[in-house]
Amino acid sequence: MRLAVLETERCVGCQCCMFACSRRQDEAGLTKACIAVKSVGGMRRGFTVIVCRACDNPPCAKVCPTNALEPGKDGGVRLDMKKCIGCGHCQDACLIGAILWDDTTNKPMICIHCGYCVNFCPHKVLGLKKKEGVAHAKR
Amino acid sequence: MLKDDPLANILYIDLSNRTFMTKKRPELFDRYIGGAGVAIQLLHEECPTGCDPIGPENPIIFAVGPLTSLFPLASKTVAMFKSPHTGNLGESHCGGRSAVAIRMAGYGAIVLKGASDIPIYLSIHGNKVYFHDASSLWGMGSSATGRIIRENETGGGLRTIMRIGKAGENLVSYASVTTETYRHFGRLGLGAVFGSKKLKAIAISGKLSVPVADTKLYRKMYEEIYQKAVESPVMKKYHDLGTAENIIALNKFGGFPTRNLKEATFEKADAISGEAFAAGYLGRRLACSHCPVGCIHIAALREPYEDEPYYYKTSMISYDYEPIYSLGSMLGISDPEGILKLMDSVETAGMDAMSTGVVLAWATEAQEQGLISEKETMGIKFSWGDPAPYINASRLITEQPNEFYTALAKGVDYAGSIYGNRDSALAFGKNEMAGYHTGPGTHVGSLIGLRHSHLDNAGYSIDQKVLAQKQTSPEELADMLLEEERWRQILSSLVVCFFARGIYAPDIVSKLLPLLGFELKLEDINRIGTEIYREKYRFKTREGFSLDELRIPKRIFETSSPVGKFDESYIRRAIDRVKKIMEKQGAD
Repeated sequence: MRLAVLETERCVGCQCCMFACSRRQDEAGLTKACIAVKSVGGMRRGFTVIVCRACDNPPCAKVCPTNALEPGKDGGVRLDMKKCIGCGHCQDACLIGAILWDDTTNKPMICIHCGYCVNFCPHKVLGLKKKEGVAHAKR
Repeated sequence: MLKDDPLANILYIDLSNRTFMTKKRPELFDRYIGGAGVAIQLLHEECPTGCDPIGPENPIIFAVGPLTSLFPLASKTVAMFKSPHTGNLGESHCGGRSAVAIRMAGYGAIVLKGASDIPIYLSIHGNKVYFHDASSLWGMGSSATGRIIRENETGGGLRTIMRIGKAGENLVSYASVTTETYRHFGRLGLGAVFGSKKLKAIAISGKLSVPVADTKLYRKMYEEIYQKAVESPVMKKYHDLGTAENIIALNKFGGFPTRNLKEATFEKADAISGEAFAAGYLGRRLACSHCPVGCIHIAALREPYEDEPYYYKTSMISYDYEPIYSLGSMLGISDPEGILKLMDSVETAGMDAMSTGVVLAWATEAQEQGLISEKETMGIKFSWGDPAPYINASRLITEQPNEFYTALAKGVDYAGSIYGNRDSALAFGKNEMAGYHTGPGTHVGSLIGLRHSHLDNAGYSIDQKVLAQKQTSPEELADMLLEEERWRQILSSLVVCFFARGIYAPDIVSKLLPLLGFELKLEDINRIGTEIYREKYRFKTREGFSLDELRIPKRIFETSSPVGKFDESYIRRAIDRVKKIMEKQGAD
């Protein structure tokens, strides 16, 4: 199962998902949040939810010079902190901005699709879906 | 508090010298928790006795609390300052992203001192403070200012942008500070204090971690509170129709102030109800940071341009119970579009919607009575129910082109003292009334409340829950109000949204505080609440406040309330009770 942004227009910008992600990692606050909620040019226009969408053949992994990002079977990547040198190439490669940065370790933070945040999305913006639903549409 | 909690950091910014420094003051938080409790101590320290509220010596204090960023609905920032509107204690609360941004930038409180000689805006990103020339923003509305700073600053999604409109620049004594387009430090004129310092805006961002004593227990307690917040029927009304849900209920109850409180029911309340706004205009709902409820209701208003066919603009305008009362029923306006346009005009100028509406309601009656003519109003003919003159007048209050509008820009108490009709100048402790004529409780509550706000002690709720059910003596009423206001000192020190007061009950609060390193029993918490109350009262008496000198506008005795009519002696007896209690506690 993969985390999916089901309907961004339902998002009210409460950011409870961001705090949930931190708690999942036994933290409180926002340093470790692997998901971000931002307004789309101000609150009046609503929000965008930025998180890894588990793409096939992920560009972040392709540009990693130390093979610290290993593509998973169902898309997405696993970060090996020991291999990662914090170069930031992965961040540049991700068009949707889903590689967030931990300033305390100077290394990337990437959603592992655990789905914990879904429990704290009061407005059904987030959900868990089978892989097919989030991969590139097949034509 | 916990040793490593950045809450202990207080950021001091000197606007005159453009310097800043951080001090660690854990003892202040250990003793007073945070928020209002810490802010009143900082105000005592930083605000010289008798200072000019719009002079450089008046400080601005922002404070958050231990629960901020850790628990849902702990979403408010407390601002304290000397109010240019009342000349006494200024305290205003605001949500948006303000509280989380301050805590995540690594501070429990921020103190602004001095004044700039040129327009500036500040940005605070983590431990750095930047001073920016804001000359190119001066004179701009609050939304445009927000947009430009948004485009110039980093920290998207993690920041607050507090800003003023023209009303703050021009020192309207009830000018507000807006954050995130739709939330406000609305009451008591923080916007004018910003303006007096030539401070157009402040952007704050950060993303820290905060320590907790027991992460497992933290998650468990968090889940309990979160479930209550999303499932509890007490939160449902805020979520569904929002605060505007109260309009029908208050009107049916007979406590909905209408046409400057000449009446307490509005015959067209249905047309401006929460239901009507939702059906016709609700375009989006928003939430403050870390609030799953999302009570912020935004109307989408589509208006045609008159000079060209098929050419429209769509404005997104925030509405709530209080502005619908003050800019709607209080002015007899039953057209939701008219109310929305007036709200938008007041929002752009950056004024407190409640004070503005009450001022305009008084002016309408004063013109009816011939106390002012179209000479004073510069050709405006106020008429209950017609939004256009009010929209024009709201702009003139901002500009203050003559003595009359300069008087209106100082509030209804002042305007009434100059032009007459003072008994219908509806202010309590110089702060304009809220949308409740539910009985004596709401008015006594506003008179004795430390901020003269309906949210100080919720007298309107005591009217509905107690006075409407049984005969209550003024002394009993005063005791209930004081008890509520003391507990609210704790809520506003944690700091949680008052809408969540049903969730953050005393037993829950006493379980949460140890997670943040506060070893306080329930009796300790109550004692601290009493002490914070007393500290605020001490500031007020220091600045010349006296319960004996409170002016009571006679209009409240003339218009029947849901509990019938009441008289001045009832109100005075309640005030006397408060006075005796405070004297006994040695606060005088």
